[in-house]
Amino acid sequence: MPQSQAQLHQPSVSPKRSRSLRLLGLIVGILLLALCFVVSITLGAAEITPNTVWQSLVAFDGSTNHLIITTVRLPRALIALSVGAALAVAGSLMQGLTQNALADPGILGISAGAALAVVASTFMFGSLSVQSYTWIAFAGGAIAAIAVYLLGSVGRRGITPLKLILAGAVLSYLMAALTTGILILSQRTLDDIRFWLAGSVAGRDLNNLVQVFPYILIGLVLAFSLGKQITALTLGEDVAKGLGLRTGWVKAIAAIVVVLLAGSAVSLAGPIGFIGLIVPHIVRFWVGADYRWLLPYAAIWGAMLLSLTDLAARLVIKPQELPVGIMTALIGAPFFIYLARSKVKQ
Amino acid sequence: MRGVPLHQSSTMKISWFVIRSNSLRLSFRIDRRVPLVLLLLLIMTLIVMVISVGYGEYPIPHLDVVKTVLGLQSSNSDYVFVIHTLRLPRVIIAFMVGTALAIAGTLLQGLTRNPLAAPEIVGVEAGAGLAAVALIVLFPSIPILFLPIAAFAGAAIAALLVYGLAWEQGSAPIRLILVGVGVGAIASAFTTLMITFGNIYDVSQALVWLAGSVYGRNWEHVQALLPWLVVFIPASLLLARELNTLNLGDQVARSLGSSVEWQRALLLITCVALSGASVATAGTIGFVGLMAPHLARQLVGNAHEGLIPTAALVGGLIVALADLLGRSLFAPIEIPCGVITAVVGAPYFLYLLYRNRNT
Repeated sequence: MPQSQAQLHQPSVSPKRSRSLRLLGLIVGILLLALCFVVSITLGAAEITPNTVWQSLVAFDGSTNHLIITTVRLPRALIALSVGAALAVAGSLMQGLTQNALADPGILGISAGAALAVVASTFMFGSLSVQSYTWIAFAGGAIAAIAVYLLGSVGRRGITPLKLILAGAVLSYLMAALTTGILILSQRTLDDIRFWLAGSVAGRDLNNLVQVFPYILIGLVLAFSLGKQITALTLGEDVAKGLGLRTGWVKAIAAIVVVLLAGSAVSLAGPIGFIGLIVPHIVRFWVGADYRWLLPYAAIWGAMLLSLTDLAARLVIKPQELPVGIMTALIGAPFFIYLARSKVKQ
Repeated sequence: MRGVPLHQSSTMKISWFVIRSNSLRLSFRIDRRVPLVLLLLLIMTLIVMVISVGYGEYPIPHLDVVKTVLGLQSSNSDYVFVIHTLRLPRVIIAFMVGTALAIAGTLLQGLTRNPLAAPEIVGVEAGAGLAAVALIVLFPSIPILFLPIAAFAGAAIAALLVYGLAWEQGSAPIRLILVGVGVGAIASAFTTLMITFGNIYDVSQALVWLAGSVYGRNWEHVQALLPWLVVFIPASLLLARELNTLNLGDQVARSLGSSVEWQRALLLITCVALSGASVATAGTIGFVGLMAPHLARQLVGNAHEGLIPTAALVGGLIVALADLLGRSLFAPIEIPCGVITAVVGAPYFLYLLYRNRNT
């Protein structure tokens, strides 16, 4: 397997687009995102006209339709945006950090760790406040991330994709087994939490978002400011050091940002997989491997992808709905297989 | 099976039993340690089984357990009922399932030439699990006899998908594993779907089952599982030689006259059948297929003729022991033995990952 690891991370065959084209892409992305946002507020089980939507935002009159918009759809759309952006940026950072095209918070066990932490504390202490949920999810995600990273990077050859993914898969398996064990011991916890566990952006109110949003914001800002350093890191550890980068620090900060973003996303929406895997690959088509551009693009397209997936999840079997985590897995896992096929040559 | 003998390098001080038949095209070459190891494992397994049958809310002295099972003592009808109806089938199922999983794991590790491959990692168990959960949740009234068939179908589809998708001018082991992780993720997404929308009672059932438990298994389950083992365990022993050849690498195997892809397909079918049948009976009991071959390798070395039966017994012992622990640790609450094997097995896997860090 020695050759495969070099080939798994494709060198920067970046499409050389000019600065203005990239800026244009960013603006178009933001406009599309705004469109998605409006569509996702407008469409749903109840038929509500765009005009009513607008009215409910500027002149709220307390009618049922207005209530649906402000208490159900708006929070949901905003949460989908934030979670999508957080996951996509976390995924991009992980792919840069681990030099591994297959990295994603779900695959590498961060989501499972956060989920186990939340389930275990719900089991022990009963229902918790959103604030404590978030911190518990951070702690669980951080422990899992550290464990997977350490295990994936032991050995002479350093971090290899196979080791990293196996470590992630097995730790996820272990944590899922423990989660299942807890849920078997307590049917109350199971009923409380099974929809959350499947990954969903429904049924959260704006208050949840308000409490977690600061962490996501800090994470995003930190991530964007690390763009240059991460790009240098992807050129290889030695080159990065030669460029005067303190690689240890950059890696540590980037890892903290990953945990911050992924943990916030999990505490808001449960484990939603594969957004962090897909989005970086999509945006690389346009911006190449330059993380200064890749990260903001990933945020926008991640937000858009999750909004659209959520929209699909509630429209396919209307008036019931699927947990969005299942939808992303159904889209994302085939993509993972495609990547494993095309990026791993032997 | 062509008769190209593999020469033992002279540095290794291991002697071999060779069993060859001139009329049949059969030959086994077994490490001299194997019979003794097998005997010891068998004794240990029997001890664990006797303890396990005796243990419970209604304790039965060990001697009485042995007597009742052998039919020497049938005066105490309580003993007969508790042992024959409640506990014995369960213990036997645990052993059988462990055996099947261990063999499946051994074959898969040989097949992928990766010591870290196991049915639960490459998505075969997830496929079987999905099929069985679908059956439990969507058609709760179907008799359990169909569960192994559904699980086998699920495992087979998963394996076919993995094998087919990993195919690119041959099936490279690393792609098999990565694609397996992906297929596993798809299968678990569908399983989660069933769990989210099923009736809460069926879902609870399915969850206990998914976590890998031999709780409440009876003779019907034994009957459903037995044919699979009777067919596929001998098959795996017959394929052992080919596995040795495959382990030398595709090119060497080909030049020794082995039709590599065909052998791999046969091995995969056997592996799928064994893991599918055991998942159907007892749910996903993780890491047995991973641990057992490694422990067995340390006992009897690498040649698969001896490795497969040893791993089988080690696997049976592990699951029987895990079930006993699960019943006694937090009694009266019962921890499914799959949780126990995962808690023990995952760290073991990570240790293996660490030990193989330079490969």
